[in-house]
Amino acid sequence: MVSAVEVRNISMAFGTNQVLSGVDLTIDKGQTTALLGANGAGKSTLIKILSGVYSSFTGEILIDGKAVTIDSPTTAKLAGIETVHQRIDEGIIPGLTVAENLLFDKIVSGEIPRAVSLKTIVSEAEKIAGALDLNWNRSKLRNDVYELGIAEQQMLILARTLSRSPKLLILDEPTSALSIAESQNLFRFIKNLEEQGIAVLYVSHKLSELEQIAKKLVVMRDGKIRNEQSAPFSWDLALKEMLGQQELGERSNFKQVQGSGVILKLNNVQLFKESEPLNLEIKKKEVTGVIGLLGAGKTELAKVIYGADELISGSMDLEGQSYKPGHPSDAVRKDIYLVPEDRAAESMIPNWSISHIATLPFMGDFSARGIIKKIKEGIRGKELVQDLKVVTTSHEAIVDSLSGGNQQKVVVGRWLQSNPKLMILDEPFRGVDIGARRDISKRVRDLAATDVAVLVLASDVDEILDVADRVIVLVEGKVVMDVNAGETSKEKIVNKMSEVA
Amino acid sequence: MSIGKTSATNGFDLRDFIVKYGFILVTVILFVWFASTEPTFRMQNTLFSMLKFTSVVAITGLGVTLTMVVGGLDLSVGAIAGLSVTLSAMTMVIYAQTGAIALLVVLLGGVLVGLFNAFLIVVLKIPDLLATLATMFTIMGLKLVPVDGQSVSSGLILRDGSVAPGKFTPGFLLIDRAYIGPVPLPVAIFFILAFVVWIFLTKTRWGRVMYAIGSNPEAARLAGVRVKRYRALAYALSGVFASIGGLILSSRIGQGDISAGNSLLLDAVAVSLVGTSVLGMARPNAWGTTLGAVLIGIVITGLTIKGFPYYAQDVVKGLVLLTALIFSFTLSRRKSRFVPAV
Repeated sequence: MVSAVEVRNISMAFGTNQVLSGVDLTIDKGQTTALLGANGAGKSTLIKILSGVYSSFTGEILIDGKAVTIDSPTTAKLAGIETVHQRIDEGIIPGLTVAENLLFDKIVSGEIPRAVSLKTIVSEAEKIAGALDLNWNRSKLRNDVYELGIAEQQMLILARTLSRSPKLLILDEPTSALSIAESQNLFRFIKNLEEQGIAVLYVSHKLSELEQIAKKLVVMRDGKIRNEQSAPFSWDLALKEMLGQQELGERSNFKQVQGSGVILKLNNVQLFKESEPLNLEIKKKEVTGVIGLLGAGKTELAKVIYGADELISGSMDLEGQSYKPGHPSDAVRKDIYLVPEDRAAESMIPNWSISHIATLPFMGDFSARGIIKKIKEGIRGKELVQDLKVVTTSHEAIVDSLSGGNQQKVVVGRWLQSNPKLMILDEPFRGVDIGARRDISKRVRDLAATDVAVLVLASDVDEILDVADRVIVLVEGKVVMDVNAGETSKEKIVNKMSEVA
Repeated sequence: MSIGKTSATNGFDLRDFIVKYGFILVTVILFVWFASTEPTFRMQNTLFSMLKFTSVVAITGLGVTLTMVVGGLDLSVGAIAGLSVTLSAMTMVIYAQTGAIALLVVLLGGVLVGLFNAFLIVVLKIPDLLATLATMFTIMGLKLVPVDGQSVSSGLILRDGSVAPGKFTPGFLLIDRAYIGPVPLPVAIFFILAFVVWIFLTKTRWGRVMYAIGSNPEAARLAGVRVKRYRALAYALSGVFASIGGLILSSRIGQGDISAGNSLLLDAVAVSLVGTSVLGMARPNAWGTTLGAVLIGIVITGLTIKGFPYYAQDVVKGLVLLTALIFSFTLSRRKSRFVPAV
């Protein structure tokens, strides 16, 4: 194989935070290289270096064996590296026709004169579309670009990118908005590119896709390349490298228990439009841990139970009775609580005090005839600070001033204080220091001991094994494993996670 | 590790001082300047007439403040006040009903328009500014239809050639003219409503939740807050406040002037925006809106007494607003998050 792009000894740091250290990577011509890594592994940084977004790195980039300088998006494009990002709407120019969008670069560069008939543009665009087997006829090319579906918009961006004949095409989670059929279409398109000798670097968390399309797999963790394989891949090995191989000896000591009494039953619930229906029973007195990679359906599961997302199909029973939450407030009224995944976007209210954040979901309990009971609220805030050992000057402190771990304690603690029946925690340990993680884990364990059902969702196996009595593995919206934590091991879990559909 | 409140410096921080007290200081300085140079300005009568003059803007602005608290902005308030003037005139002059019925009709009109705004925003998901802009144009035009585009005053010749049977009732006219002790009724209404909104926003659970919605609607929803209902409530209340403003205006003019309320929108939005900068709160609040209205009242009364031409008023209002925005956005270290995105 001939290399299209070589990356040699690339390192980069943000301040004291070393995000890439000594990365060597060879991307071959005419085939797809898959890049796999958890959040924070350094994938995005590497991509941004290759596409010229970051320039303060050390190391070398070689294209066709020659060293090149890439220090801006323009130089990256000139060197033949094109990147298609996850958010396709950033690349579409609304109000223009499909043809004009397709030829946008040429229109901007002046290659196509400013005053030109749409007819000329359409016939020019037809050539490009034809060359790429897009099957777009003239009337389609004349349409406003917004009449295209998401998949077609993505094709359009790809086509536009390809009209610059790149040497390397980077695709960042290209199928996140696509249906299965549309994804297959995209893969055919990529095969077509490979035949033209274009190198593709493909980033995705969907292992089945990588299996289907990639010839080479590169796994990153903590800013380093940990594993390189050629097809056929050992997913087991790849995931172990991706998730880290800490010894299980670090596991915190707790007595595992088995739950009793089903609180919530999910009957044929679909997490995605095209995923298989899922059946699940969540029991009292135990911590149920749900593990899955990004896009496996963890957040969807949490939000469906909490009434924050609509149920696609299926039904739920709460303690034997039909449960149809239409809004999170319905869930809260039934003592089903959720700590959402993204703390800043989904839990925090800027400039609010700890006490105010604590009482927001339960304003009714902290007011009489609408008037807030300040004293009761203050007591609740103080208790929260004490209970969860929140490091702060006072319960009146502004939450923005707390560290990430302490903010997390506040948004977890506010629910724990109010007698949950089912407590759902989505990635409760993300961006949380080890001390806070232990405190939160302990509280969650204590909670389960008091007749409560707890559901913890995370992508990190160790985090789950640290807290769960029962382990459920989700892959692409489907339960592939459901066992007692004591009867499994990290090995087996990783093995299941790497199961390719 | 530094924990707790952000760096509390011991020294005097001029920037913080200006952000917090700059506005109050400007108000006081202007007041002292006018009072010391213009003897008429000092008179109790002048002060109350200034407050009376500003009460319509202030009350309407309080409604706008409520919509700003939930992260929106009601641009239809001027039109609602104008509609109230026409509605009250129609009820009394054309249909010869009592002042009390006119009052009810006007308040009902305000609620309905507010709910219509809520429908556009919450159900049809039209951005706040655009939805209320559309409502503004629609009702400005719609109110002219039943009156054939004419101002309604007693003695109006109707379509069938007859003379309108009713007139503005003395009771209705009292809304603007009555006094409670030395305090003109509109001023009393203004202060009572300002107090009620202040209590509502700072002391009740509903106000608290509305601030949460304005700061982070998704976090509020995931905390179990019925975001849509509260946003609808804010617009309904805004409609009511604008119609109360319209009632006072109607009582003041004493006829169904079709152009009434036209200039109200800009003033009401301005005082709410000015209010966000008071005490460096960087968020819409009842105190601020009240103070903003009083400040603009002082400035305009003062300048009028000093003999500035009427068109200088808009320039001054613009500058006051600009100064307030600089306080809130440029100087304040708090992130201002009260202006809705379109």
